Amino acid sequence: MSDSITHTTLANGLQVLLKEIHTAPIISSWVWYRVGSRDEPSGRTGISHWVEHMQFKGTPKFPASILDKAISREGGMWNAFTYMDWTTYFETMPGDKIDLALRLEADRMVNSTFDPEEVASERTVIISEREGSENEPLFLLGEAVQAAAFRVHPYHHEIIGDLADLKTMSRDDLYQHYRSYYLPNNAVMSLAGDFDTGTMLKRICQLFEPILAGATPPRLARPEPPQSGEHRLSVEGPGDTTYLQLCYHTPSGCDPDFFPLTVLDSLLAGPSSLNMFGGGGISNKTSRLYRALVEKELAVGFGGSAATTIDPFLYTLTITVHPQRQPEAVLSAFEDEIKRIQDEIVSADEVARAIKQARAMFAYGSENITNQAFWLGHAEMFATYDWFLDYLEKLAAITPADVQRVAQQILQPQNRIIGTYIPTGNGEAQ
Amino acid sequence: MSRHQPSTISNLKSLPGSDDITRFPLANGIVFLSRTNFNSPSVVISGYLQAGSLFDTDEKLGLADFTASALMRGSSQRDFQQIYDALESCGASLSFSAGSHTIGFSGRCLAEDLPLLLNTLAEVIRQPTFPGEQVEKLRAQLLTGLAIRAQDTADMAALTFDQIVFANHPYSRPEDGFPETIQAICRDDLAEFHRRNYGPRGMVIAVVGAVEPQEAMQQVARVLGDWENPQQPEPPALPLLTPLNETLTRRVTIVGKSQSDIVLGGYGPARRDPEYLPASLGNSVLGQFGMMGRIGDAVREKSGLAYYAYSSLSAGIGPGSWEVSAGVNPGNVTKAADLIRAEITRFIENGVSADELADSQANFIGRLPLSLESNAGVANALLNIERFDLGLDYYRRFPDMVRAVSLEDVLQTARKFFHPDQLAIAIAGP
Repeated sequence: MSDSITHTTLANGLQVLLKEIHTAPIISSWVWYRVGSRDEPSGRTGISHWVEHMQFKGTPKFPASILDKAISREGGMWNAFTYMDWTTYFETMPGDKIDLALRLEADRMVNSTFDPEEVASERTVIISEREGSENEPLFLLGEAVQAAAFRVHPYHHEIIGDLADLKTMSRDDLYQHYRSYYLPNNAVMSLAGDFDTGTMLKRICQLFEPILAGATPPRLARPEPPQSGEHRLSVEGPGDTTYLQLCYHTPSGCDPDFFPLTVLDSLLAGPSSLNMFGGGGISNKTSRLYRALVEKELAVGFGGSAATTIDPFLYTLTITVHPQRQPEAVLSAFEDEIKRIQDEIVSADEVARAIKQARAMFAYGSENITNQAFWLGHAEMFATYDWFLDYLEKLAAITPADVQRVAQQILQPQNRIIGTYIPTGNGEAQ
Repeated sequence: MSRHQPSTISNLKSLPGSDDITRFPLANGIVFLSRTNFNSPSVVISGYLQAGSLFDTDEKLGLADFTASALMRGSSQRDFQQIYDALESCGASLSFSAGSHTIGFSGRCLAEDLPLLLNTLAEVIRQPTFPGEQVEKLRAQLLTGLAIRAQDTADMAALTFDQIVFANHPYSRPEDGFPETIQAICRDDLAEFHRRNYGPRGMVIAVVGAVEPQEAMQQVARVLGDWENPQQPEPPALPLLTPLNETLTRRVTIVGKSQSDIVLGGYGPARRDPEYLPASLGNSVLGQFGMMGRIGDAVREKSGLAYYAYSSLSAGIGPGSWEVSAGVNPGNVTKAADLIRAEITRFIENGVSADELADSQANFIGRLPLSLESNAGVANALLNIERFDLGLDYYRRFPDMVRAVSLEDVLQTARKFFHPDQLAIAIAGP
């Protein structure tokens, strides 16, 4: 990827990152707000995600009935995501239509209506979204494991929120959340694609600079105390399939140890893709855990993931247990592999292989302009864009000793949570 | 809103066409397609062979899928770990999946590794060995996948819907089979299926990315140009589909779930039918455009009943299906189904408005560059061109074809395929 990034801050504090890419007549524009589920106290869980939904319900200038058609009519793709640390809105459009997206985002940064009737109808939509998630065993297990991992830190709850809060939050709660966090000085814009930087920046200034700054809201920060012993839990639910989830507390995405952790994950569980759009991952059939668990017929599949979060989060391994095996047997083989990577230094070749895998996936991601604009802003949410620019270089500097040290530090029993989904059987399908 | 002029594409030449697609049939029947993209140092390969589940007997349904899944489990030259080690070491991927008519493959790699990827493809489709031990491991994985499917309300509603719409037609059968049919398949069945049905005739391969077409073609010819299978059968003929003559409703009970899924609709046009494009545009208005069209507006936006409610059109070689899908609280199934039926009735009585049609036409045209941005998107377009004989300039002619669809075309198509008293309704939930 090209390194020519323009990074500037408008008078009202809005950060803007621009990257010209002239490979296709497409522009992708993202607006990021520094608010997510980790900013929600008890009683308001799920409010950031609900506010995100309300942002599609219209402003006086762009009522919902117009809003939801305007982008589609121009052949654009748009959506929004709420994460633990951030909320983001994007439009990817034919290049000559991007002005619509810019006007819309400038408008809904301050002018969303939050009509009480729309709030009421969206309440049941979101409850339905949660019920859909509850159909999934891995959602139920993940929710329980995350709650056990974070007693103090607000990473405790799921982004969708708890049903108790979804039933009781009011229109005013939502609106207040919106007005507190949706401020230019609490936002980052990232654009990539077929534009001229000078012209684009001028237009962004015209549209966004008149928006008044406000008091920058503090992040809700309640650091999680170190875990001092292993937590085990189980969740029972319908089905025939047993799942195991093993989570270890890890450093944040901007900690230098995140890079050795990335290599460690690659060796244990196969490389994870950085790409949110396009360029998917690759298989993990030669990873250490595949050989130890799937080849040995203890599991039928598994995956690992480390999250790029602001505060320390979790390295998570999710294992689908073989139908003829018990979770204890899987755990025992897993422990042997962990011990091996802690005791025996990995070869330089194995580390070099992980670097090559990362380089390939990085290239796949650069086929896609939406993915590039995503990274331009996303990196700013937990680090700075340099994090992304230096990513391959940082990985290339990792040594076998780094990998061993991080394995020894992180993969300790007293630092983990083990969750088991115990299937209670099957309603007879008719 | 006033009338909208359908968008124009500022640069039609950015779309694939006869001047930048290379199409070359090899002597043994394989069709090679290619288009370059040097914007990223990566390459995608994608294609299919005429060895889909239409060849499966009812007793061993899932054999085509099982065979395709087992191709990479060992070849006459290398074992499972060696095959995957070579691919994963360079961050490449290759996978297979079965459809009714064909099995598909797709892979990606850095341009420098294309020879390795193509060698692997040729090796596993020409000389797989189906090692018994690997077949058993794979069987456990497939059975677990089916156990998970049996618990998935959306999957089970979709499967049941196909069984109603395509009764007495092979399209009623899920390609991945059922637990008892997967159990009935033995190792020799896989080898025999491969020996009989795999061959170059009807095989298509698209190579898109940072490689010159001539170079890519030579690489393909080198590994696949001498492949022959004189016994390769003709593709099986499809029986005629008998449309429903009454509404049929079927429920699948999956205990303990929080949400039910509904699939409601009937059969639809084949991809090459003249009704395909009018049906696609009508479908967009009905349940896609903006936030899931009229269906989304009625079920989600106005009633707050569902997180997702949309319509979709599946069109391939033979008769397709046209259906509405929604995930709702189990207590709201009847209410949601009634709303959906009311929208279908409105759709076939009055068709769509001029504004609605213009909106969807603009969307279809405007989104083309975005759908064709990545290598995978272009490869998919090349395969569509070949599979349905659309002509190399199809995507450049597409805007005019879309504009030519009239309100009357949409109305007649809606009336041909949707009949309010001849619907298939499948519901899966607690």
